[in-house]
Amino acid sequence: MINVLVLILLLSLSLLFFKGTLKKQMANVIAVFQAGLFAYIAYLYLNNGNIQESFDWISALNLSFVFNLDGISFIFSMLITGIGALVFIYARYYMKKYERTTPFYIYLTLFSGAMLGIVFSGNLIQLFVFWELTSVLSFLLITFFHEKERARKAAFQGLFITLMGGLAMLGGIILIGSVVDSYNIHDWTQNADAIKNSELYTAGLILILVGIFTKSAQFPFHFWLPGAMEAPTPVSSFLHSATMVKAGFFLLLRLHPSLGGTPEWFYILSTAGAITMFIGVYFAILRTEIKSVLAYTTINALGVLTLLMGIDTFLSVKAAILFLIIHAFYKATLFMVAGVIDKSTGTKLFANLGGLRKEMPLVFIFTLLATLSMAGLPPMLGFLGKELIYEAKINIPEASNFILIIGVASNILLVAVSVLFTYKIFIKKPAHKVEIKSKPNINGLIGPGILVILSLIFGLFPQLLGGNIINDALSNVFENYTPVKLKLWHGFNTVFFLSLFTVIAGFIVALLIIKFEKITFYWNKFNERILLFRFTDVFVKAIDSFVSISRKKDKIVQHGYHRYYLLSIFLLTSVLLWSQFFETRSWIFNIDNDKNSFYILIVIVITILASILAMFSNKRLATIAILGVSGYGIALIYLYYSAVDLAITQILVETVVVVLFVIVLQKLPRFAKLSNWKIKVRDLAIALIFGTVMGLLALKATEVNFDSSLYDFYSENSYLQGFGKNVVNVILVDFRGLDTFGEVIVLAIAALGVSVLLSKPKKKKV
Amino acid sequence: MEILLAILIGSLYTAGVYMLLRRSILKFIIGIIFISNATNLLVFMSSGLVKGNPPFTAPDGTPLEQTADPLNQALVLTAIVIGLGVVAYTLALKYKFFELTKTDDLDELKQTEEV
Repeated sequence: MINVLVLILLLSLSLLFFKGTLKKQMANVIAVFQAGLFAYIAYLYLNNGNIQESFDWISALNLSFVFNLDGISFIFSMLITGIGALVFIYARYYMKKYERTTPFYIYLTLFSGAMLGIVFSGNLIQLFVFWELTSVLSFLLITFFHEKERARKAAFQGLFITLMGGLAMLGGIILIGSVVDSYNIHDWTQNADAIKNSELYTAGLILILVGIFTKSAQFPFHFWLPGAMEAPTPVSSFLHSATMVKAGFFLLLRLHPSLGGTPEWFYILSTAGAITMFIGVYFAILRTEIKSVLAYTTINALGVLTLLMGIDTFLSVKAAILFLIIHAFYKATLFMVAGVIDKSTGTKLFANLGGLRKEMPLVFIFTLLATLSMAGLPPMLGFLGKELIYEAKINIPEASNFILIIGVASNILLVAVSVLFTYKIFIKKPAHKVEIKSKPNINGLIGPGILVILSLIFGLFPQLLGGNIINDALSNVFENYTPVKLKLWHGFNTVFFLSLFTVIAGFIVALLIIKFEKITFYWNKFNERILLFRFTDVFVKAIDSFVSISRKKDKIVQHGYHRYYLLSIFLLTSVLLWSQFFETRSWIFNIDNDKNSFYILIVIVITILASILAMFSNKRLATIAILGVSGYGIALIYLYYSAVDLAITQILVETVVVVLFVIVLQKLPRFAKLSNWKIKVRDLAIALIFGTVMGLLALKATEVNFDSSLYDFYSENSYLQGFGKNVVNVILVDFRGLDTFGEVIVLAIAALGVSVLLSKPKKKKV
Repeated sequence: MEILLAILIGSLYTAGVYMLLRRSILKFIIGIIFISNATNLLVFMSSGLVKGNPPFTAPDGTPLEQTADPLNQALVLTAIVIGLGVVAYTLALKYKFFELTKTDDLDELKQTEEV
């Protein structure tokens, strides 16, 4: 499996070097490549059955790359590569007129690779990495038209929500991983009981579900998906059918053996799924733009998938897997059709469309068949799916009629949406004559054509799917499973009558909407009334207020007043020092009274006085003089306490500093009076608190006994190794010679800075 | 004598911090000097004070007993020189700043650009 991913990476990188004809045919090349992968994976699986590969990754953390190909990942990888190939063929048609197609194809190829990475992953940390990759890549794809503000906003919204969800999911993975002490999905399945009995289960499950819900656009995170249709249509087609939003469903299937089968699982999934299912189709019916309708029906389909996983019976999971395939087929078709119509007529609005069945008969047939599948009518595969879903809902063990009712209601609306979709584009009389600007070429029609035909074939001969593919996947979800048979005709039973009712009611709703245009109007009014807020608005508001709160916080914390920054540093340091001081307060002074040091006493006192005076002096020259006094005083102290070199250096440096100050002072103004006495008192208090604790620290320092080995080493080896009798000098120029060299460099840089600052800018020659 | 030296260090720090908290940039620079002097003294003192016995070897190169600790002195010597670099640079910066803005007030340095 890893070779597939590496190949995709290599291909997408090599796209950068495509030139000439190859560049023109880039999409077709990738399509052939994807078809090759499709064949390769199919060959691998059909010959070998389940395959697992693993490579060491971080052995210290017990992490390894695990790739496996089983029934579930087989279905998904077939969809990804198969629909991927068709999408690239279609993109050749759709993207012809645009610039910057090379990065676009690179992102799209990488995106399919990331999706394959998710479905092959046998390790959840690794899965998480691919999961986040799809979020980032879909962001790049949605912002293809980045000149449009709406595209940027929608892409940001999608990225933000899916990444937040991803983080939550990572938390959940780690929580549950800590129960099993492994991130390997296989280990999770083995220890399913331990996981479900642990107290971390609920928290972990909820966090993981947040990740799944954001990715799969479940209520209340559904609102990013309609925005994402700002992407070029091939992307939408891919994103909505086989990839991205299906990743959540994939993970539900994968984690079902380890996390599923509990009341929490049932209630959370079926509630979120039912709500999502209903609101998706409820909003779809009134949309006025082709892609928008399709986006909302995707939300509906995702809700159905989640609900079926929540119901959690053998039948419902079977229905879900079948529905996944059905939906991928018809949704990819419909998006491609939408793109074709957009390209041919230049509009995506239903109001400007109509009567296209004569101009575009082929497209009309494709749409008709795909919407039949969406509405769940025979002979399409969708019919089977809907029957199976109804069967699953009727047979819920906890017999919740609510789920059945809401399911039937949303299916009635879905039938109406399907009818209206075809009617508005192809059948109704247009308000103005629709102008066909360009006929779609073969590339634009291959994709939808193949998918529709497949959908028809599978509908007529369902055993092709049911025989192996779905059974294999089911065997990965349930340990004990009975093989399923899929049939087109089930006979006259409850399910059949429910279906009949759904279809008739759906047609009636559609007819009503067509006949009485006022209904739409009042319905919209009604929606405005009952919907207290829109999720996108809430999102925008939340982000805005987050920014403004942190701006306010910044205004308080980052006020820009230099001295208040310093003030808080000194205050905090003092508090820490004082508290440490208080902790270790019991120590004894050991002071020898030095009787013979009268004159050093005077030097010290003078220096103390100088430092006090410096604070209150208002004259600049006087301050500099005081500075000099204290500096020289310190030099004398060094001299007295056996630090000859220090004394010499201090005297030199002090002299230079005083001279520098005097030079600069000529060019500077007098000290301005900038603070009143209150501020001065406050600052003095802070300075005293800090100064006192530092003084005490100095006293305490004399009590500390240092390890004397360094002292011994330097005194002994000064002459032996450094050939110098002044130990300090030998340390500086010999033992620590490189440090001194660094110091020289620092001084050189400072000198360079000074000379640059003081040089007068040369006048420009005119 | 240690007590007196500790008082000196304390008052040097007090003066330094007080000067750092002023709005005048010139005073700010003087504050830096006080604080670096105080820190030098603190490091110097921490190895214990030794009178009249600098860290030299005997004329024949053998180590002497009870000399002052050379390590602190080497550290402080480096610090003094670096301190000079810092002060020279900040003074030049201050000079340029005043030339461009005609102000000595740190509070007017709040923004990096026009808002």
